[in-house]
Amino acid sequence: MMRFLRQSLAVAAKDLRAELRTKEALNSSVAFALVILLLFSFAFEPTEDQTRQIAGGLLWLAFAFAGALILNRSFARELANDCLDALVAAPLSGAALFLGKALANFVLLLAVELIALPVFGVFYGVNWTRQLGPLMLVVVLGTWGMTVVGTLFSALTVNLRMRELMLPMLVYPVMVPALLAAIQLTSPLVMGQPLDGELMVWLRLLAAFDIIFTALTLALVETVLVR
Amino acid sequence: MNAVEAAGVWKFYGDFPALREVSFGAAAGGCLALLGRNGAGKTTLLRILAGLARAGRGQVRLLGGDPRDRETRARVGVLGHGISLYDELSARENLELFARLYGLNDAPRRAAAWLERTGLERVADARVREFSRGMRQRLAVARAFLHEPRVLLLDEPFTSLDDRAVELLQGLLAEAVAAGGAVVLSTHQLREALELATHVVLLVRGRLAHTGERTAAMLEDPGWLYRQYGEG
Amino acid sequence: MRERILILLAGIAAGLLAHNLFIILLQLPDERLQGAVFRVIFFHVPDAWTAFLLFFAAMVASILYLATGNLRYDAFAVASTEVGLAFALANLVTGMIWGANIWGTPWTWDARLTSMLIGCLLYAGYLMLRHAVEDPTERAKNAAVLSIIAFADVPIIFFSIRWWRRMLHPEPVVWGGGFMSPDYWRMLFLNWAPLLLLAAVLLAIRMRQEEQQRELEALRRRAHAL
Repeated sequence: MMRFLRQSLAVAAKDLRAELRTKEALNSSVAFALVILLLFSFAFEPTEDQTRQIAGGLLWLAFAFAGALILNRSFARELANDCLDALVAAPLSGAALFLGKALANFVLLLAVELIALPVFGVFYGVNWTRQLGPLMLVVVLGTWGMTVVGTLFSALTVNLRMRELMLPMLVYPVMVPALLAAIQLTSPLVMGQPLDGELMVWLRLLAAFDIIFTALTLALVETVLVR
Repeated sequence: MNAVEAAGVWKFYGDFPALREVSFGAAAGGCLALLGRNGAGKTTLLRILAGLARAGRGQVRLLGGDPRDRETRARVGVLGHGISLYDELSARENLELFARLYGLNDAPRRAAAWLERTGLERVADARVREFSRGMRQRLAVARAFLHEPRVLLLDEPFTSLDDRAVELLQGLLAEAVAAGGAVVLSTHQLREALELATHVVLLVRGRLAHTGERTAAMLEDPGWLYRQYGEG
Repeated sequence: MRERILILLAGIAAGLLAHNLFIILLQLPDERLQGAVFRVIFFHVPDAWTAFLLFFAAMVASILYLATGNLRYDAFAVASTEVGLAFALANLVTGMIWGANIWGTPWTWDARLTSMLIGCLLYAGYLMLRHAVEDPTERAKNAAVLSIIAFADVPIIFFSIRWWRRMLHPEPVVWGGGFMSPDYWRMLFLNWAPLLLLAAVLLAIRMRQEEQQRELEALRRRAHAL
């Protein structure tokens, strides 16, 4: 167990270190998220009230599209210098490798989102911190769901020609329930509503999605990695 | 029981049979040179031995175990075409990472020792991206050997190595063999590889054409074996 | 022998279908509220049931493939998914015909249709993935993983979309158990039979095609090896 964790953390640290030194995926992802937010405000010119109501959809679409850039890079970065071979040859379980990469992706995705949120607040003139705690909970849960599914599909599509296209096409339909729940939770929270009543159903759905898919992806990853 | 054993191995890529009915063994304390032209199947065979690919048919055993077993993998060192090192990390960080992945408790110390051994201690904290080709190769060798593997699988390891790296690798391989390890390395016909080899296997278009001891004749004229089998 | 069984099944399916159509079109009275086009429901609903069954079967076959490595299961999985997708699309089309008739517009983000649409996207992705991988063993393996994930997601998708629509449109869906007479229920099940038979026939044909493709590949391999 300890070894598993140590190996996962070693992989996560490696990914984060490498990414933070080049910031390639991080920069393009942040830029993409900001561009989406900008374009939406041009396209729809929402009032402050309207913005609050659609905040959920707006933010999560930006997170999902920008997130694909980071998720794509996850296993793709192992192709250079044949690093993936060395990882697969090492006495590392597929689950440990997967978990390490998922953790790194999670941190990177959160970073992009935490940069995008204040920018959203400024562009749209919206105060989104009224229910900060619950909102952060939703962001964490939604991001983890996206991370876990996206990292598995990153491994699945790593050797395909049209990887950049295939990854989003496969991930988004699977993510629908989690995205829907996150969106349905985020708008009211941005509007300042407390997290209770009907909203709890969405929270439970999001948590259930996370648990089910974490288990499922961990179980399936070994199969995907050995060719 | 051989340290490395392949029995009836076939490998298909779609329609194309890259390996056909390949069977051979490599004993501990020996070095097997895998010869063959480009496209003969050397890399494919090594990948299957290393557990990076699955045989279509047939069986492979390393140290009596399945190459995919974690205990087996911990005792196998692999050096492929790519250097398998992260450009953005320093030499030290790369070695410490792999030391940890191989379950070594003293990762920093082990990494430092190997950096010294490969003459890279002065650039230990520089990023691999900045290294010369020779330095990268020496570091790759360090990565493959650092967990003291009992079986070593190397794919054309001497190709385009500088003198210093060749010397290093030959020394390490000789040591490994003397300590009872088993080495399988593929090569076109380079003298550096043949010098070390105790046995030789020739692959022609995916089939095993010859297996036997490495003779003095082969060393004197490496192309001799190829001509024997019409490979010219 | 196999062809004869298939033809027999197809014949029975055709016969049942003809029989049902006769009843549906001529004997059942118009449903009180919805008129004649309502009859499309006798295809719309069983299409969904059939699609689910086929997607479920594909998941089971995928699990069996991963457990045994027998490519026959992979052939079943792709055949089942393709036929399932056909029935899912039929469900969508009949749903839109019905919707256009009853609500005046073909697409109203109704919970069931929306969920089915997402299901179609999921399984279209499955087929896309298969096309993108060349090595048959790799393809089977990756597709199996996707099939398992997709079907695990299906109930979650349905639940989430239903909850979403319920929050927006609290009125009950127009047709439901309470509105349908026993005659209609009987006909729904009665019409499911020929559709299942049709699915079985298509599945068998597609699976045979997939296996013949593989046989061809194997023969080519052997010829190369000689």
